[in-house]
Amino acid sequence: MNVFDYVRPASVAEAVAAASEGDAAFLAGGTNLLDLMKAGASHPARLVDITRLPGLDDIEFAADGTIRIGALVKNSDLARDAAFLAAAPAVAEALLAGASPQLRNAATIGGNLMQRTRCAYFYDPHSACNRREAGAGCDARGGDTRNHAVLGWTDACIATHPSDLCVPLVALDAVVEIAGPGGTREVALEVFHALPGETSAAETALLPGELITAVRLPAEAATFAPNARYLKLRERTSYAFALVSAAAALRIEDGRILEARLALGGVAAKPWRARDAERLLAGAAPTPEAFRRAADAALDGAHPSGDNAEKIELAARVAARALALAAAGTPERMPALPGSVFAPAGVNANGGSVHG
Amino acid sequence: MAETLEFPTGHVRLGSNAGQPLTRRDGMLKVTGAATYAADNRPAGLLHAVYAVSAIARGRVTFLDVAAAKAHPGVVEVITPANRPPLARNPDEKAHGFSWRIEALQNDGVRYAGQPIAVVVAETLEAANEGARLLAPRYEVEPARIGHDRGEVFDPPVVGVGAEPNLTKGDAEVGHRAAAHHVDVDIETPLHYHNALEPHAIVAEWHGDRLTLDVPNQAIAIARSDFAGFFGVPAENVELRSPFIGGGFGSKAILNGPQVLCILAARMTNRPVKLVLRRDQMFGPVGHRGGTRQRLSLGVDEGGHLTVIEHHAQSTTSSFDDFLEPAANASHNLYASPAILTRHTGVRIDTGTPGPMRAPGEASGSAALECAMDEAAEAAGLDPLEFRMRNYAETDPATGRPFSSKALRQCYAEGAKQFGWAGRPLAPRQMRDEAGHLVGWGVGSSLFPNPMFQAEARAVLRADGTGLVEISAVEMGQGALTALAQIAADGLGIDVDKLEFRAGSSELPDGGIAGGSGHTATAGNAIFAAGSDAMGRLADIATQDPASPLFGAGNAGVVARGGRLHRADDESRSEPYTAILDRAGLDHVEGHGSGARNPADAEDYAMFSHGVVFAEVKVDPELYQVRVSRLVGAFAAGRIINPRLAKSQLTGGMIWGLGFALHEEGVHDPRTGRPMNADFAGYHVPVNADAPSVEAFLVEEDDRHVNALGIKGVGEIGITGSVGAIANAVWHATGVRVHRFPIHIEALLR
Repeated sequence: MNVFDYVRPASVAEAVAAASEGDAAFLAGGTNLLDLMKAGASHPARLVDITRLPGLDDIEFAADGTIRIGALVKNSDLARDAAFLAAAPAVAEALLAGASPQLRNAATIGGNLMQRTRCAYFYDPHSACNRREAGAGCDARGGDTRNHAVLGWTDACIATHPSDLCVPLVALDAVVEIAGPGGTREVALEVFHALPGETSAAETALLPGELITAVRLPAEAATFAPNARYLKLRERTSYAFALVSAAAALRIEDGRILEARLALGGVAAKPWRARDAERLLAGAAPTPEAFRRAADAALDGAHPSGDNAEKIELAARVAARALALAAAGTPERMPALPGSVFAPAGVNANGGSVHG
Repeated sequence: MAETLEFPTGHVRLGSNAGQPLTRRDGMLKVTGAATYAADNRPAGLLHAVYAVSAIARGRVTFLDVAAAKAHPGVVEVITPANRPPLARNPDEKAHGFSWRIEALQNDGVRYAGQPIAVVVAETLEAANEGARLLAPRYEVEPARIGHDRGEVFDPPVVGVGAEPNLTKGDAEVGHRAAAHHVDVDIETPLHYHNALEPHAIVAEWHGDRLTLDVPNQAIAIARSDFAGFFGVPAENVELRSPFIGGGFGSKAILNGPQVLCILAARMTNRPVKLVLRRDQMFGPVGHRGGTRQRLSLGVDEGGHLTVIEHHAQSTTSSFDDFLEPAANASHNLYASPAILTRHTGVRIDTGTPGPMRAPGEASGSAALECAMDEAAEAAGLDPLEFRMRNYAETDPATGRPFSSKALRQCYAEGAKQFGWAGRPLAPRQMRDEAGHLVGWGVGSSLFPNPMFQAEARAVLRADGTGLVEISAVEMGQGALTALAQIAADGLGIDVDKLEFRAGSSELPDGGIAGGSGHTATAGNAIFAAGSDAMGRLADIATQDPASPLFGAGNAGVVARGGRLHRADDESRSEPYTAILDRAGLDHVEGHGSGARNPADAEDYAMFSHGVVFAEVKVDPELYQVRVSRLVGAFAAGRIINPRLAKSQLTGGMIWGLGFALHEEGVHDPRTGRPMNADFAGYHVPVNADAPSVEAFLVEEDDRHVNALGIKGVGEIGITGSVGAIANAVWHATGVRVHRFPIHIEALLR
């Protein structure tokens, strides 16, 4: 039976201690873990319920401009926080482009980083999956691969990371604050998620017992606020994972890009920071040609992991479009269809009703 | 449309309650959670059954760890082919024309992934789940056959439910020779799974040889008789209760293996047992829409008239039974052509057996036909609506019979006006919105037949002036409890608020099948006839009573309305029902009626609901994401009992068509045959944000032949036309014809 211990620690220290032995998993919103347990894809021996830990659900704006988001802040609360929206609009847009209202009300920021791939072969306990069992093989290869990786994959694993939130976060140099048996430490989000190796073992930088306590955005993140967008390509307007997505943020002065940030979602086992693209854009004029060159650089080295070659071109176009949208300016109000191709573009965009 | 309709006896008229846009009578129960669905039943001593599913698509089960499952605390019984008691009917026997082979642990064979291979019965759902997991089956695996190219192709004796597989009308060769333009279109549609929000669920309880069942069911009388047949008891020993269905779509019209296994578990344990399918279990033993591969060859002459329609449809079915999506039949009755040739083949693959799924055949066939018609219009250089009107069928193309009624021309006009079709550029890629998105407009004709089944009803007028009508009709979200009550109230000549309407139980008169978009027509005619019968009896009493102001009017000389009988020739002379019954010393009068098609009309007329759907799509010119920004439909479907509910059905059908065009797709792994998107995160149906503007307009139609009340049907027609309209609009926006549904971004990418 799925027999497991359930503990509800009163402090972060207790939580870390409870999760340090055996095969434990932290339970927050539960929007992914419970599904995985029901599907038989995850079998933790102990659930450490962290939902009532004190002090992890604040959004703090430090004097130096740093934003610290407690790990238990709900997706919906963060997205609708006015100060956060003003400072990090692309992050808010990504949050609202994700899941459904019900899920956003339950899901937490820390949990979002820890969600597992949506690869159907990972969920199916009868399929071989190196993520579930290192060395077992990968039945996604040769299977239905429309949603699979085109960057950073190996024969061991072609899965993608499904998060919307992580895409702008990684573009904006977010840092993950971690408490563990050895004390606290920090890891840049860019290196928090692991690409698959030969056998696809560790998925994140977390060591046994370690708990995400907060995600921090550096002060400079807000300097991109006037020109920051998230764009998510998908066939259903809501409650669908991205076929591909991109977060783009620009600092533009006197018709030149001072600094660019670009990350892609739905293309790799991690949110894919496109640093080569960013370098190409620094100092360039914000033109469609420059954006396309940058987008091509972002997809440099991409190759299909199955019947998904079109995804490479699509990802390049989504990246170029996200950059163009960012250059056009962050809308004054959140679009009615956040992150959508059909959201109005530009600073004067009308955030009217979904039925407009 | 006539304001009122006199029924044969003349005592009752339809049109006081019927025709009104009443809100749902059961709405409050549903929004407050008080409506009881099958799985809500928890009889004392209830056990829970969970069935283990096969992880392979073909082969046999070689081992089940029954000992481990039995040893799990709470597990009461484990049923496998080794200990399964005999059934009175062989699960592989097809008892009648509406029965299909089921999996009830008759042997260790596996015919598709998701097939039940054992049942664990336990004190709790959790224990049953764990018991099922502990069975840890092992298999002898044979390669799965998935897709049109890997299964055996065959010529089916019938398609759909007993329909002819082939039709030849006229000479196709002559038609092709007469054509100035030729269009060959190959269309592929995927497997669809019904996925009603309420999964299949059943609670079974035996009392000796009497069986009570709480189970959502669209065909109560047939199901009762079939369940009784499997367990060797008379049908009247089975009480089947189905007061509310959380969506059926055809899936809940067909008896399935898990239901029989639950009843069996109840008998083996001598306790009530509940079995509820998990969402992933909905992708296997409970039917689906088979995938199709269709080829249409159309010929068009210089005048823009069709010279030939050839439509070949190949549909997937299981390895062990036949349900062929009768897709090519969609070309029989819509467009005039001197030559029509339709043909079906089947292909056997390792899935469960398909079944009727909302507009079976009509949906996938219309999708292909309307796409081909659009391409033919393009070839002929004609506006696609003009092309359809040039090929308007004044009589049924397949049989030559007149239509019982057909207001399709008015639908075209009304729909085009409401949509604003005029001025549409012929060429694709001509329109943009202010944001620079490509805009396209497309059209598709809608057509759905008007079958009728057999139904019986009982109507009672009580001494206090209230009414009771009983019929085993089925409320499955479509609004039957409301629309049928409106008819019932008119049948008794009372206000609907004074009517008690009982439905959804096998203990009531047989309401027929809630399927084929024929439920309101079938049950409605029975109900109205029953009311009319009761009113005839009341009229006898009143007109023979010297104390009545109606005395001497003659039985045919009175009319029932508003709780009173009136003299037909002098409406000022009337008497309330209560007074008539009071004087007669009666506490009620009762009437009985039946509903079925007049066989002569069935011989003489072709009977269809008609309509048209216009779609506007927006497409990103680089990213090719599609948004259906507007859907406008206009439909003529005979007498509309409740315009609010009818529009709800029609717009629901149109949104279903949107899902068909852009979202729905059952994905099976090509190697193992396992469904790989068996949940709502993976199997996409439209959400509200996908359908920002969907409107259905009703076009009046007065049909004196389709049935006595002139009722056609609105349940499925909205799907037809919509799929093609959207695909055609996508072409008009992009210039790309996508021939494989759903239309994916990758297929449009240029």
